Amino acid sequence: MAVLGTIAVGLAFATAAYGLLAAVVGARRRLPALVESSRTAAYSLMAMVVAANAALMLAILSNDFSIRYVAENSSLNTPAFFKVLSLWSAHEGSLLLWNLVLAGYLAAVAFRFRAKPPETLPWALAVMYAVSLFYLFLVMVLSRPFASLAEVPADGRGPLPLLQNHWLMAVHPPFLYLGYIGFSVPFAFAMASLITGQVSDWWVRITRRWTLVAWGFLTVGLTLGALWSYAVLGWGGYWAWDPVENVALLPWLTATAFLHTSMVQERRGMLKLVNLALAVTTFSLTTFGTFLTRAGVVASVHAFTKSLVGPAYLAFLLLVLTAGFGLVALRSQQFRSEGRFDSALARESALLGNAWVILTLAFIVLLGTIFPVLVETVSDRQVAVGAPYFNQVGKLPFLVLLVLMGVGPLLAWRRSSWVQLRARAAMPAAAGAAVVVATVALGGRSWAAAATFGIAAFVLVANAGELGRVISSFARSNRRPLLAAFPAAVTRNRRLVGALVVHSGVAVAACAIAASAFASQTEISLERGQQVGFQGYVLRYEGLQPQPEAQRMVLRAPVSLLRAGRSQGVMEPALNLYPAASEPIATPAIRYGPLTDLYVSVLGFDENGRRATFRVLLNPGVSWLWVAGVVMAFGGAVAAWPRRQRALGGAEDVVGAGTLAEVG
Amino acid sequence: MGWRRWTALAAVVVGVGLTALLLGSGLGHDPNRLPATLVGRQAPDFDLQAIDGGGQRAHLAALHGEVVILNFWASWCVACQTEEPALRDAFERYRDRGVTLIGVSFQDSATDARAYAASRRIPWMLLDDPGSRTGLAYGVSGLPETYFIARDGTVSYKAVGPVNQALVNQQLRRLQAEGAA
Repeated sequence: MAVLGTIAVGLAFATAAYGLLAAVVGARRRLPALVESSRTAAYSLMAMVVAANAALMLAILSNDFSIRYVAENSSLNTPAFFKVLSLWSAHEGSLLLWNLVLAGYLAAVAFRFRAKPPETLPWALAVMYAVSLFYLFLVMVLSRPFASLAEVPADGRGPLPLLQNHWLMAVHPPFLYLGYIGFSVPFAFAMASLITGQVSDWWVRITRRWTLVAWGFLTVGLTLGALWSYAVLGWGGYWAWDPVENVALLPWLTATAFLHTSMVQERRGMLKLVNLALAVTTFSLTTFGTFLTRAGVVASVHAFTKSLVGPAYLAFLLLVLTAGFGLVALRSQQFRSEGRFDSALARESALLGNAWVILTLAFIVLLGTIFPVLVETVSDRQVAVGAPYFNQVGKLPFLVLLVLMGVGPLLAWRRSSWVQLRARAAMPAAAGAAVVVATVALGGRSWAAAATFGIAAFVLVANAGELGRVISSFARSNRRPLLAAFPAAVTRNRRLVGALVVHSGVAVAACAIAASAFASQTEISLERGQQVGFQGYVLRYEGLQPQPEAQRMVLRAPVSLLRAGRSQGVMEPALNLYPAASEPIATPAIRYGPLTDLYVSVLGFDENGRRATFRVLLNPGVSWLWVAGVVMAFGGAVAAWPRRQRALGGAEDVVGAGTLAEVG
Repeated sequence: MGWRRWTALAAVVVGVGLTALLLGSGLGHDPNRLPATLVGRQAPDFDLQAIDGGGQRAHLAALHGEVVILNFWASWCVACQTEEPALRDAFERYRDRGVTLIGVSFQDSATDARAYAASRRIPWMLLDDPGSRTGLAYGVSGLPETYFIARDGTVSYKAVGPVNQALVNQQLRRLQAEGAA
């Protein structure tokens, strides 16, 4: 298997090198046949990378401990399900998966443009092949997943305990990769435009769609990551502002900004350079994230073990930055705006303002993430930037962003009037005010939470109102009843509807996050049979129940739950002891609820389990965060869904709110 | 090219250069590095039984006057296998020169450790450490870790990760020179 895998990686590298060469030569010498062979080489590359992944997977499943990676990340006792996950539970293997996703996107681009390829396609292919070459070089030379051991151990060490503790590990990394690596496509097309000096209108339309796809995957990946943190780590929260969480959020933010500014280019031919720069920035941030995670610069729960690849990642990052922003600087005069801003009170102004606020947020997150590195460089002291910085500094821009999310869709393109805005915003604003009053009346003593709830209500009502307007006007103009017009109205206005849905999702997420201001938590130590009251619940510790499993020992600490004298069943938080771990891994027990989650995790046992210490939390609104993640991803999917009827032509959003406003 | 373009390019160059400087220096630091508080202090004492169950014991205090290499390992630790040749070499070369090599199993089941040691015929003394108490006293955070203890019982060096011949020789030569002086 090791030989097969090594050969596959080598062939993949050769294929990518050929693809790059053929694309560049084909583009420069104008040889369509060569470009075409470069395009189809993407399929061969994909096949080779699939073979390499399959080889490692087979080696893991067949316990081939002669391969170092298998010996270190799998074991005889590892359940088959987690063996499969071992493929991406450490640096070398995850790089193989990384290559797979990248080759997948390359093949997807090659397939998408099999007919009528755009003029910049060869350069876009070249850029993607170049990126591919770097990651293949890593698995071929610097962190080889197929490296063998001189002496074959009888058994392997098994995956890191944290990574074999929950099924979410099966989906969180792949989604994250699909999102993260997906940004290489917009980057490739942006670079192609910068190299050739051409920015046609379709550039932004194509790039927008690919960005939306990657954005949607990353949204799901981030949500799953938060869920994993919540359901596995046992500290009771879902986002710790861990450096690696932050670097996953950064490209998501800049991609979101791009999705907004690109609309201005599509509609008005403005902000071309901004869009190119944003596509470059987003990809640079993913490269930066990869560097930060894998080169071992920051300490994090996610950090892969230190390896020699740090300098290689840094070199690649610097290359991306130099080539990307260097070209942006070189072409800065060329991509002038065709239009200009007519009024501050217009859709495009809101979109641009929104992009600025998002970029501000991104900067805040970036600063907090690299600040420890900065300080250590200058003064050799170790500092940590914690959640308070991000929460405090990010709060205000986030609220401004929320407001814009509600106001933006209400504004018409080019020019809106205050009268019009006032008329449209009256209902949403009233709803928002009502929610603020209700929050305060119900005893909500947090101004930030009350403000967030209020603005979120404003956003929800405003966006729902727009949705209603889209459907009713479509129904009117097509003379159909409202309900019957719904599907057609949505499919005809996918992008607008998708955006409105995403906005609603963000509003829901904002509420879920703000609700954490009302969380309560305690740490208690209980003897067997002893009970304690907490926020209307009574919890009783029922004694330690050890339960040996093949790969671990599970120490259950069942806790009976009573509420208002009635039994509510038993919660079973546990500690898991893995032979290869020096610390036990917790499995919290969570009662998910629409309003609050009851969260119990066991911190430790004393006196052979007669006494146990628990952390108990009552978390309001957390479930809505998962709902919000699904809603946002769904909105993204609606907006990105390809149109079946090409006959309709390029004009999308037949009945957009903007058009409506222009009409009446 | 106009001056504007040059300024923009210069800005990019400066920006990239600063990034390189910042992140490059970050590479030199190990964020997981913990200060080795034990170095220069008295090594925590232990009195443990051999894993083979033969009733042999080793008491650190009784080894006063000898250089001790204390190696924490486990049967499940793959990196421990890579350092085994270096330890074997050190054991053969220094056993008659006042150096004692002791392995202490860490977070391992006694059966696994015994089977492992027997299958690989490890010649130096391997101790069982119930509850990994000794490991915890030394602050072992990952395997393998190797402590070099001077003749006066102080920890002179702590190696994290697999050791190699050069490192072991260097440390032992230093310790022996210190002892002779």
